[in-house]
Amino acid sequence: MDSRPFTDFSFDAFLTEHKLMGSRCTACHALFVPPRSLCPKCYAANMEWEKMKGTGKIVAFTSIAFPTPAMAERGYDRENPYCTGVIELEEKVKVVAQIDGVDTRDPHSIPVGMPLQIAFPPPAGGAVSGPNLVFKPL
Amino acid sequence: MPKKRALGRQVAVVGAGMSRFGMFDDRDSKDLFIEAFTEMCASVDRGLDPGDIEAMYFGNFSNDFFVHQSHWGAILADALGLVPKPTTRTEGACASSGLAFREAVFAIASGFYDVVLVGGVEDMSKRSTAEVAEGLALAAIPYERKAGFTYPGVFGVFARAYFERYGASREHLFNVTIKSHNNAALNPKAQLSQSVGDIMDAKIRRAKDKGAPAPNWADERDFLRDPKANPVVASPIHLFDCCPISDGASCLLLVADEIAQKFTDIPLHVAGIGQGSGRGLQTAEDLTSFEATRYAAQQAYDMSGLGPEDIQFAEVHDCFSIAEIMHIEDLGFFKPGEGYQAVADGLTRLDGPKPINTSGGLKCKGHPVGATGAAQLIEVFKQLRNEADERQIRAGDLRVGAAHNLGGTGGTSTFTILERR
Repeated sequence: MDSRPFTDFSFDAFLTEHKLMGSRCTACHALFVPPRSLCPKCYAANMEWEKMKGTGKIVAFTSIAFPTPAMAERGYDRENPYCTGVIELEEKVKVVAQIDGVDTRDPHSIPVGMPLQIAFPPPAGGAVSGPNLVFKPL
Repeated sequence: MPKKRALGRQVAVVGAGMSRFGMFDDRDSKDLFIEAFTEMCASVDRGLDPGDIEAMYFGNFSNDFFVHQSHWGAILADALGLVPKPTTRTEGACASSGLAFREAVFAIASGFYDVVLVGGVEDMSKRSTAEVAEGLALAAIPYERKAGFTYPGVFGVFARAYFERYGASREHLFNVTIKSHNNAALNPKAQLSQSVGDIMDAKIRRAKDKGAPAPNWADERDFLRDPKANPVVASPIHLFDCCPISDGASCLLLVADEIAQKFTDIPLHVAGIGQGSGRGLQTAEDLTSFEATRYAAQQAYDMSGLGPEDIQFAEVHDCFSIAEIMHIEDLGFFKPGEGYQAVADGLTRLDGPKPINTSGGLKCKGHPVGATGAAQLIEVFKQLRNEADERQIRAGDLRVGAAHNLGGTGGTSTFTILERR
């Protein structure tokens, strides 16, 4: 399959190709998203790329009213908070990502367990880098 | 399970002092450190000749970012007159001086030094609030930062996970906040030194003075429920769940146990120390507990032969109210999922059976991040020596206290048990 190195740079490059990719340890079969080159479970260094379906569910989240500079640059503030959280992919691996398309001003309306799918936003511009991973309700 | 370990020789704390904690536009790290150092020297019962200090270990997270200046070891060595003695900076985010303390203990336990200065410092308030939030977020793992997490956001996720799992709610966080403010009201060194009730009354008075309609909060909890008085920062974390932005410094004097009597009749022995590391949000096995803390605590308990039931009181790393609840469970004081109820039942109050954060905690004493780990041990020092004045724990004979320091998203944790023998 793909011979790209198992790095965050490769992960981001795949995202621009609308692919959510992880690495699987060929020795112990553990799966990592974003990819890892060294398996922290069995210490083997043989990985292979694996494409994720791009669906998952909310494990826990927060709606942030006081943004980071990168998010402020995207127009988020107290009146327009953004949601970010921990998402468990269908493949049982967890990632952290922005959650778009939910009512961020009413976090009680967002249930834990809500099914999500990956949204591939246009590559982030601006002076500071923003979220590379964004999910939205399925 | 960590392997049981022992120190090569015993170590004692014989001096402790801290600067005021607050937002100072006319003092830098050097000034604050001198303030802490001077108070520490004065606290040594039989006096200290600073020339006898052989080395210094100090924690500083990110003055590099906050005031755009690195290499504080050399600056502080010169300011304190320690040159040419070695100074070593440790960095573990908000656990930076927890690490410094542990390294100093090892330096003495190894037999290399007899008298070591431990400190911590951070100078945060020269930056805007948004910049401080950005600076603190440097302690998050890169994936969290990319996803837009601030630290209130990280602990918002922990709070949400805890609420979902155990059925707790914001109402339970209020108990932590109210207790922290009550304790801080008894601590002259606290940055936020008013009870929630006093803050509420002051706001009502100000409204009346201006001729504006006075808010009619029924009580402290009602005040904390009001989104105007207590606005959301990162749901479900609100303003009164967060520690303030602080400048400050802290100092401790550590000596070999065998010479401790030269300094004082009441040395505090380092009974147990532990340190652990942990994962970020996405790879953490459990979002309601910190693996690094559980590991550090087990190490300290094994080393000391003591258990959570023997710890009479503790300072724990309450950067956010939910954190205090998680830590008192991870440290074994209460069972997983029972911490929030223990706080609600008053068990952790100053007059309860397990007082937690008698200083007011990070929440109210203040949290100049690099100074915090050592500052927590200053409170343990004062309580064990019966020097905590109005906030002195009255119940029984105090012999054993502990301090827990956490960095980042639980990436670094230390736990230290001090004992008066």
